[in-house]
Amino acid sequence: MVALLKREVQIAWRSGGGALTGVLFFLAVVTVFPFAVGPDTKLLSHLAPAILWIGALLASLLGLDRMFAQEREDGSLDVLVMQGHPLMAVFFVKAFAHWLMSGLPLVLATPLFGIMLNLSPLGIGATMVTLLAGTPAISFIGAAGASVAVKLPRGGMLISVLVLPLVIPVLVFGIAAITGALQDPAPFTAPFLLLCAITLFTSVLGPLAASVMLRHSAD
Amino acid sequence: MAVIGRLFQDVKGPFVVCRYVAFSAMRQRVLRVNTIPMKLRVENMALSRAGHQVVGDVDFTLSAGEALIVTGENGSGKSTTLRGIAGLLPLTAGTISLVDETGKSFENPVREYCHYLGHQNGMKPSLSVRENLEFWQKFMGEKLLSVDEALEEVDLTHTLELPYHYLSAGQKRRVAIARLLVSDRPIWILDEPTSGLDAQSVSVFTSLAKTFVEDDGILIAATHLPLGLEKTQTLEIGA
Repeated sequence: MVALLKREVQIAWRSGGGALTGVLFFLAVVTVFPFAVGPDTKLLSHLAPAILWIGALLASLLGLDRMFAQEREDGSLDVLVMQGHPLMAVFFVKAFAHWLMSGLPLVLATPLFGIMLNLSPLGIGATMVTLLAGTPAISFIGAAGASVAVKLPRGGMLISVLVLPLVIPVLVFGIAAITGALQDPAPFTAPFLLLCAITLFTSVLGPLAASVMLRHSAD
Repeated sequence: MAVIGRLFQDVKGPFVVCRYVAFSAMRQRVLRVNTIPMKLRVENMALSRAGHQVVGDVDFTLSAGEALIVTGENGSGKSTTLRGIAGLLPLTAGTISLVDETGKSFENPVREYCHYLGHQNGMKPSLSVRENLEFWQKFMGEKLLSVDEALEEVDLTHTLELPYHYLSAGQKRRVAIARLLVSDRPIWILDEPTSGLDAQSVSVFTSLAKTFVEDDGILIAATHLPLGLEKTQTLEIGA
């Protein structure tokens, strides 16, 4: 399993620098927002957490289509599913590697982009923490989505359509937690714990769904 | 250590029994360890694609040290049959079981005892040959030959550190064949294993297949190539 994680990270790192593309895409989304909102810094800082979350969400979807489709094309998937390892664990590792190379760099890039959006230090901290807790859920749900679209040559679009509605709860509680941290009467802990719960829940359900899907949809 | 116990020779004198290990110039490696007597039994197997039966009533039993050559026209269902045996396609009828000499089934699903080499090679283009093979060895477990030894068998030691996508089609296929040698599996399921290979590499492959079968392996291959094996059954699909 460690070997699999190492392989996934190596592949993501070499084939086009997965981490860098995600961050660049994130940067592109975040920079166009101020132009759309206009020169109102107060409004911008108010919207900043939402912009960062949307940007991170879209950037995390990149590369999801390759998670299983590429393995299937080069024949590795056959060998992966034939071994004695529990398939769910294999796909958990794959989804976790996807998060390491797409979600984690976004979390680390957040402070810089937060400054660009006139976000307060407390806001930046809250956004980072909620992104750290929430983005793994996107990769895990994405694994389930990717397994559905594995046979489609242009599956990326379908995966986005499948995955986006499912990650709405992640977005809701992520933003709720940030609001809680920035505005006094609203609570931070409750939505944040729910966010963590969603991530833990999907870390089991996502790989499980993917393993069922790929075990039975073989061709 | 090139020669391991395979080439033992008993020289029996009247009072002394001497045992020599004969070192031959030819490399010869053991391609199976922990051999236990086993039989692969496929009964009335039927497979469908898109609700359409492609292969039906496949019936055979292979003992350790036997080979099955699957023949048939293009599109007759050879690959489907092999994928079915490898557990990659759900069977619509019949059973596949691996039994020991008492007729008891092995604990794990049959697919876990198989090496499968399909049309695709199962290697990542951006990783080096060594990284690819080392990954499969660790992931599949049951280490047999080291990566260097396996590449030596297919005459590709010089490509060890090259990215996989630098290799030619034939070399890629040979690396995929080397994957069969890094982990120990009693059954090899090979789909057109020699596609893209030149005559020299084909003979290298044939001798590997022969060694494997002689070491009590079970070989199932879709190929038109005479492998020169002694105990061979033939299964003609679509006949």
